[in-house]
Amino acid sequence: MKILACIDSSRYAVSVCDHAAWAATQMSVPVELLHVLERHATDPKIAADRSGRLGVDSRGALLKELIALDEQRNRLEQQAGRHLLDEAAAEVREGGISDIKQRLVHGELVDHLPEHEVDAAVIIIGQRGESEDHAELHLGRNVERVIRASHKPVLVVAQQFRPVTRLLVAYDGGFGAEKAITFLLNEPLLTGAECHLLTVGNGSDNEQTRLAHAATRLRDAGYIVTESIRPGEPDHVIPEVVEASGVDLLVVGAYGHSRVRPLIIGSTTTTLLRTCPTSMLIIR
Amino acid sequence: MIVDTLRAWRIEWLGNVRGDVLAGIVVALALIPEAVAFSIIAGVDPKVGLYASFSIAVIIAFTGGRPGMISAATGAMALLMVDLVKDHGLEYLFATTILTGLIQIAAGLLGLGRVMRFVSNSVMTGFVNALAILIFLAQMPELLKVNWITYPMVAAGLAVIYLLPRFTTAVPSPLVSIVILTVVTVAFGLDVRTVSDMGELPSSLPVFLLPDIPVNLDTLLIILPYAMPLAIVGLLESLLTASIIDDFTDTSSDKNRESTGQGIANVATGFLGGMAGCAMIGQSVINVKSGGRGRLSTLVAGGFLLVLVVGLGDAVGRVPMPALVAVMIMVSIGTFSWVSLRNLQTHPRTSSVVMLATVAVVVATHNLAIGVLAGVLLSGIFFAWKIGQIFGVASTMSDDGRRRTYLVTGQVFYASAEQFIDAFDFREALDTVVIDVSRAHFWDISAVSALDKVILKFRRDATDVEVIGMNEASSTIVDKLAMHDKVESYDLAPGH
Repeated sequence: MKILACIDSSRYAVSVCDHAAWAATQMSVPVELLHVLERHATDPKIAADRSGRLGVDSRGALLKELIALDEQRNRLEQQAGRHLLDEAAAEVREGGISDIKQRLVHGELVDHLPEHEVDAAVIIIGQRGESEDHAELHLGRNVERVIRASHKPVLVVAQQFRPVTRLLVAYDGGFGAEKAITFLLNEPLLTGAECHLLTVGNGSDNEQTRLAHAATRLRDAGYIVTESIRPGEPDHVIPEVVEASGVDLLVVGAYGHSRVRPLIIGSTTTTLLRTCPTSMLIIR
Repeated sequence: MIVDTLRAWRIEWLGNVRGDVLAGIVVALALIPEAVAFSIIAGVDPKVGLYASFSIAVIIAFTGGRPGMISAATGAMALLMVDLVKDHGLEYLFATTILTGLIQIAAGLLGLGRVMRFVSNSVMTGFVNALAILIFLAQMPELLKVNWITYPMVAAGLAVIYLLPRFTTAVPSPLVSIVILTVVTVAFGLDVRTVSDMGELPSSLPVFLLPDIPVNLDTLLIILPYAMPLAIVGLLESLLTASIIDDFTDTSSDKNRESTGQGIANVATGFLGGMAGCAMIGQSVINVKSGGRGRLSTLVAGGFLLVLVVGLGDAVGRVPMPALVAVMIMVSIGTFSWVSLRNLQTHPRTSSVVMLATVAVVVATHNLAIGVLAGVLLSGIFFAWKIGQIFGVASTMSDDGRRRTYLVTGQVFYASAEQFIDAFDFREALDTVVIDVSRAHFWDISAVSALDKVILKFRRDATDVEVIGMNEASSTIVDKLAMHDKVESYDLAPGH
């Protein structure tokens, strides 16, 4: 088992490292830092030769030129990537973890997930990355794709790290929510935390029973649990509660908050990702 | 997922606008003389080649699988149309173009791009070299039996083409060369043939027309023998060019999509009065060199070509043929793989023979498809011959001299079956013979029957035969090997 932490050069990297150190300490597992060198959409510009002339073996010459330019640029990028990973490792070490692996790969993060998430207990990624650093209202390009593609719990972290003492669990009794409860029961990641179970609904008997049952199971496992049912739309209510009660972490199951067929990750989940200022743990 | 497609679309079309537009213009300017020259090779009006280049380039920009690759009317295809045009005329050419496109669409849908893997490097090099030679040879009619002034003109044209880039690479030198020669011809009233002497030029945009031919089996039998090689050659050159561009841009492309794209372009071109075309190695290289990377460059090339030709009209007709010859000589020099000549010294003989044979057959038949076929055949035979040498039979005699164990290793198939049989000593009189084939691989029925022959012969001599390891040996006879792991331990014991 390990914690898989996705690093880039954005502001969120520090938070990712801190969360990784915290998670690794809680679960007593090592940390693996992953940085992806993405392919650029446009390759480096060779000095455009518009003479329209084909010389002897221009194919070979052109290929050599393009490769040389690519090599130059990618060497610099690779060095920068290694440096980034070293800095991230230092940050994680400060958090008290010494068993750290660094991985530098090419391509797209989503393509590398299947291989790297195999023995991961949790995947940690920032709310947004380098290209969206400034765009506060938009989710990082990789976040949704990672959540969709991954089979492991994903921790989407906010810019600031806070040790998790208070959680909010969005519970609607559905399939996803049950998975979240199962995670809390089985994994030591969040033991000892204060847990608030929130169901957004009309307070029917069914909902109350299920909520109570879930709360009991959590209490039996050692969590301090409070529960409540609020009316309204999950999209609006949950962020309100998060703001109001000052929780450190929002825990949700990936599907099931609305009736929308889960071909996409639940639209509620996406909205929450965008609007909640805290870190969010998404259980698949 | 939609986001991903939109993103890819945006990168392919808008990821390099300035570079693509400028490169497209360079390509268009270089395409015009080529389209005219190839029309002349095929024996049709320049109009046909120009319309074809326009329509193929524009359509491929949308349907092709390899952004950055230029497709238009080509020499490889033109060479295959000569007899068709001579014997049956233009309308049959259009019909053939349509049929070629349909065959290519079918090939793309059936995933025949994978068949390319049987066409080896040597064959492709031979293809390219033969094409260069044929393009050069096609200029001969313009260089023989002409006004003496032709020769200095061609020389001057070549000089401008090759020397101008030393001073500036911002303008296409073939264009400058053509302009200069045209001006000189007009100014001095030189007596040389011009483009308008060779046939009609486009005076308007192409229109949709149905080929004026009877739709029956006879027609099909006429056009099919032309459409097949056209389809094959078109796909070969396109897929080859696609992998070259893949190397340049360090990206991969969908070969099957390219096949169907080519097909669609050709079908449409047939209805617009154009000849069949395919991807062009030379122009694609020029495109990348000039900074083009995306689909926009192909679109601009086709569009600008038509705008220019229809707009310039008469001026294009005044271009002297020697100017075109100079450009085509440059194209043929640029297409030929000169490094392959150097490689003849270092490459294995068989590869060189394949390459040279392909070139020879193409030049002799003027048919690239036949040449490729010959090359593929030769490659196959050479390969079988080489593997037939990876084979060995060792034997040990038992102490009492009555039992011999033969240990067979290596590949037993049709090319080594004879050697297999010869490896056994039938003159010995033994009680038992053990043939251990567990370290051999039997690939086909020839191998099995060779083994049967050996067994029968021993039995006739009243020698008992015991075969060990037949299961392992014959695991390779099946047509589809389940896993590569199964066929491990290739004991490459050299034959003796």
